[in-house]
Amino acid sequence: MTTTTAAPVRTRGGAERLPSAWTIGLRRGALEIRQFFRQREQVVFTFSFPVVFLFLFASIFHDDVKGSGVTASQLYVPAMMASGIMSTSFQSLGISIAIERDEKVLRRLRGTPMPPAAYFLGKIWLVLCTGILETAILLAVGTTFYDVSLPSSATRWLDFAWIFVLGLTACALLGIAISSVPKSAKSASSVVVLPFLVLQFISGVYISIGTIPGWMLDIGALFPLKWLCQGLRGVFLPDSAKVLEQAGAWEFGRIALVLAAWCVGGLVLCLLTFRWKNRRDG
Amino acid sequence: MTAHANEFAVDVRGLRKRYGDVTAVDGIDLGIRRGEVFGLLGPNGAGKSTTVEILQGNRNRDAGEVSVLGTDPAKATRAWRSRVGIVWQDESAPAELTVRETVRHFAHYYPKPRDPEQVIGLVGLEAKAGSRIKALSGGQRRRLDVALGVIGDPELLLLDEPTTGFDPAARHQFWDLIRLLADEGTTILLTTHYLEEAEALANRLAIIARGRVVAEGEPQTLRDRFGTGATVEWTEPDGTTRAEHTETPTKAVADLMRRFDGEIPGLRVSRPTLEDVYLRLTGQGAAR
Repeated sequence: MTTTTAAPVRTRGGAERLPSAWTIGLRRGALEIRQFFRQREQVVFTFSFPVVFLFLFASIFHDDVKGSGVTASQLYVPAMMASGIMSTSFQSLGISIAIERDEKVLRRLRGTPMPPAAYFLGKIWLVLCTGILETAILLAVGTTFYDVSLPSSATRWLDFAWIFVLGLTACALLGIAISSVPKSAKSASSVVVLPFLVLQFISGVYISIGTIPGWMLDIGALFPLKWLCQGLRGVFLPDSAKVLEQAGAWEFGRIALVLAAWCVGGLVLCLLTFRWKNRRDG
Repeated sequence: MTAHANEFAVDVRGLRKRYGDVTAVDGIDLGIRRGEVFGLLGPNGAGKSTTVEILQGNRNRDAGEVSVLGTDPAKATRAWRSRVGIVWQDESAPAELTVRETVRHFAHYYPKPRDPEQVIGLVGLEAKAGSRIKALSGGQRRRLDVALGVIGDPELLLLDEPTTGFDPAARHQFWDLIRLLADEGTTILLTTHYLEEAEALANRLAIIARGRVVAEGEPQTLRDRFGTGATVEWTEPDGTTRAEHTETPTKAVADLMRRFDGEIPGLRVSRPTLEDVYLRLTGQGAAR
């Protein structure tokens, strides 16, 4: 044979097993967490934001809320925990994925045999880790300074667990979905923060349920944050505070239903709208 | 496997792609044999990147048949992606990770990856293996891009303008790396708008302009085929320089001799270089 290139030609059979999405997802999770904690600034601000707000609101408003047996400060602890869960999931993912798309990190991943599910799994691991940390910090501040006690029964702890997981997952999926909305990384934080801020006002995070007009509450009730707040109040406040709720009850059943529905809906939304490239990249 | 029976790693027929009113790729045919380094040469906006993105499976086409390693990239599977390495035009590696962490992590995506340490050595980043990516220079990032492109031990490597923005020394180092990969038997498609790069690396090349292949072949053949004739330059009595491309330079000089009655002012006869061929074929050589 006379050929100009003496090199052996590289060919391969297709019989090798590709690593599973679950395995790669775990590795991606570890990598995401490592990357997150190496960005000091981001870590400090992500975790301190809800703590600062809790401090401000719970210190400014601390009177007894009449007929409920709780103080305004106590009300702010579950509210800020819900807000913290949404900020570590919805806000962080919405902004960071938009940046990754803009910087073509996503496009590069798409060019490898990494399955898309592994990418989402990695994000969920990251959010679980940061969400648990954020919640633990707020809970520590709440129990130390604002007279909130930890759940007394195993049932309440269990309620806490499913409310946390469902709420976090729903918000994370919504965050992944909204990351496709901004045209570029530059506009990402405005696009993500505005709806989050509005939701916090109409879901009873900053302002108590009793003060917000009914029609606003009804809009807020369409989204997961309101139910996340309500569920956490149910876990951390005495039953006497039920009177402050719209329905006069904690409504755990309805909370589970709405949050689970958002998990399913958010997943469908992600699958339908997720983009690996920027719009201008076609 | 049919993929093995296929002599061509890349086989493209009648490829077309439009963006709105702009036709980026206007009927391109390409055949890249297994084991060869193929250069896709053309000016900016000629359709090189669009073509490569379609071959990567990252862009839809409007028309044409495309087969990459025996598969249509529009129907890319994970198994297919594991056999194709991609080096992008713009860097996109995670800034907070080290070189070693990144290369090792990407190795986990593939069924039969190369040894990460060996790949880091191959691209000459041993000394930087423990450095964060944000601390690397532009050239070092490009080397990392190549490392991530070859970590899966691809049969085909697609490089889109890999040396744009390099200084000459970095470019030559990069060429050595590409030659090394080619010697190992990797089929390589590289786009470039640097003629010297295509000439230095490619076994064969295609020149594309305005979305069409205007010439294809070995660099030497292209020069011989399209670089016929010569350019005769001279200075008119009023001081203006004139140039004429002709198939019969001797006759042109004889005619000038008669006109000037002896010495021809500023006479120069030059055979076309590959660069002249390139510029003429891509419509950029109007002045020549």
